[in-house]
Amino acid sequence: MSGLPLPPSMALARAAGALSRLRGGGATSVPGIVLRRLRPDALRLLSSRLSAGSAVISATNGKTTTAAMAAAILQRQGTRLVHNSAGANMEGGIASSLLEASHYRGGIDGELGLFEVDEAWLASVCEQLQPKTIVLANLFRDQLDRYGELETIADRWEQTVRSGPGAQAQLVLNADDPLVADLGRERERVLCFGVQDDAVALAGMAHAADAKRCRRCGAAYVFDAVYLGHLGRYHCPSCGQRRPEPSVFATEIELRGVHSAAFTLTTPAGSARVELPLPGLYNVYNALAAAALGSVLGAGPEQIAQALAASRAAFGRAETVQVRGRPLRILLVKNPAGANEVLRTLALEPGEHDLLAILNDKIADGRDVSWIWDADFEALGGRLRRVTCAGTRAPEMALRLKYAGIESDRIAIVPSIESALAQATAELPRDGGDRTLYALPTYTAMLELRALLVARGEADGHWT
Amino acid sequence: MNIYADRGNLLMLRMRCQWRGIGFQLIESGIGEELRPGKHDLIYLGGGQDRDQLLCAEDLVGVKGQAMAGAAEQGTLILGVCGGYQLLGASYELGPAQSIPGLGLLDVRTVRDPGPRLIGNVAIEVDLGEGPKVLAGFENHGGRTRLGAAQAPLGRVLKGHGNDGASGFEGARSGNVIGTYLHGPLLPKNAWFADWVIATALRIEPSELTPLDDELERQAHQSALRAAGL
Ligand SMILES: [Zn+2]
Repeated sequence: MSGLPLPPSMALARAAGALSRLRGGGATSVPGIVLRRLRPDALRLLSSRLSAGSAVISATNGKTTTAAMAAAILQRQGTRLVHNSAGANMEGGIASSLLEASHYRGGIDGELGLFEVDEAWLASVCEQLQPKTIVLANLFRDQLDRYGELETIADRWEQTVRSGPGAQAQLVLNADDPLVADLGRERERVLCFGVQDDAVALAGMAHAADAKRCRRCGAAYVFDAVYLGHLGRYHCPSCGQRRPEPSVFATEIELRGVHSAAFTLTTPAGSARVELPLPGLYNVYNALAAAALGSVLGAGPEQIAQALAASRAAFGRAETVQVRGRPLRILLVKNPAGANEVLRTLALEPGEHDLLAILNDKIADGRDVSWIWDADFEALGGRLRRVTCAGTRAPEMALRLKYAGIESDRIAIVPSIESALAQATAELPRDGGDRTLYALPTYTAMLELRALLVARGEADGHWT
Repeated sequence: MNIYADRGNLLMLRMRCQWRGIGFQLIESGIGEELRPGKHDLIYLGGGQDRDQLLCAEDLVGVKGQAMAGAAEQGTLILGVCGGYQLLGASYELGPAQSIPGLGLLDVRTVRDPGPRLIGNVAIEVDLGEGPKVLAGFENHGGRTRLGAAQAPLGRVLKGHGNDGASGFEGARSGNVIGTYLHGPLLPKNAWFADWVIATALRIEPSELTPLDDELERQAHQSALRAAGL
């Protein structure tokens, strides 16, 4: 391999990181990016110092939360982790996390690498890390303009885990996602997780549903139950391909509005009741993925349940903050499947709601805002008292809500997030009780909202 | 075609008909189902992923081909968006050596090109008989579509790539058969065009439609134009 010897490269990369912070850039990926320029094999060299190797987690939805939950489970077991907890999930971010934990003279603070990996970077990250365990949780349509089509990502994942750098790894797969579960077909070392509770099944497939065709023969899958988007219990009427039986699963699921959820977790080592302080079936799935990884790495169901009960939301994923004394609950929405779950969760809360819907079209959001038409905002029809639409594409958000059945005179367009927040908060009814303002921001809108709240001292700056 | 949730376009048509007391019924035509000639005022073809589109193409040309040609001849409005546009043409290439025959209702051919996908906000100028107007949208296509010598485009590119990123043309139109790469919610971004579609499907003039309160529609149109750089 080319480049400077490792220790001087590390020193230079760290200096670059310090410089970037001085200039006000909070970017956690900078040192890693510099290091990779100096030593293209840095990721391989540094990760080889980890005595227990690495585990990676990828998905289009929920990987930050899943990785945080998995970290909590493993740390409770006493495992020392190197973890990209800031959600910097491309190669640079992972290199930065490794660099931060590494010593110039060799050695590293930690025994296991736990990395959330962007779905498009899985192949190249696995090439370098040679992970022992790969968790693949779901593939929803997300940011098509950035990554091309869903099947393209599924094809790349398949290459990675069948003949590529992940061919020997233990796989942890979502049985309920046909695109993901198919990766384990006729392969050794696969553990599946899933939902086993038809009480939470939906009436049918939502419009946002993505993968409905058998990857083996092309016939349309028949869904015997749909749990979330295209996740469910399915079989192929043509070739007999079907959802694999999960060995880590959730039964007796209770969804308690926007606040929490509970379920009985079963792993090969037994069962335990999980009280999850995060809402929605999507977080039950995140918890199952984390539990399945924990189970593979030796955690028992009670240990897993305790860690999950103590987990907290990553910023913007169901966090409540006080804005001028009024509760603001932030629910990130970034693609139809994720948005549908948030809307479903919100619809479980009784009464009429005040909403702040923030639609941005920056690169990290996806430049294409078409997806809002695939999300079921109809679920909120008749349930909204007042909606304030903000962000770079605020008028299109407003129009979407109008066609979802919200009367135009309940909808205001205030593009500036700061002004929209002020207006929406001021308009909250003062009829006693804690009337909550629900904010539904896209990814960069959520970051802007956070910066705004931190600057005002209404939120602390340590959120990740 | 039921290959992709181009739901915004359909929702726009449904609501704007409903608000005016115009009956609207959506009939999804799945793989293997024949089209009943003369039963539809508008035939809408959405986009799809390559894999779905291949299955759809075989069905469209094989099972539904004759009925589609008949509908076009009778002047039924046929609107193809994205993948649907490609399928209205004579052929499209799926890969370097795989050319799929289309319906041939538009004299266009879609080829692959080693260049990148053509992605981004787009604005085009069209004249549908009411003088020049602007359509705003988003395009995302790998294929390059070339017009036959006598084939008229739908419009002229003001911002964005259009059919092939070079010709300056976007979409294609032969009478009431229209194809465009402006995908997803084309109609929500262009309420005036939604009304043109409704009127044309009903074989009346857009001016004969009951006016609606289109303030939010107007702002959404402006927002899409701004995003395209206009
Ligand atoms: Zn099959």
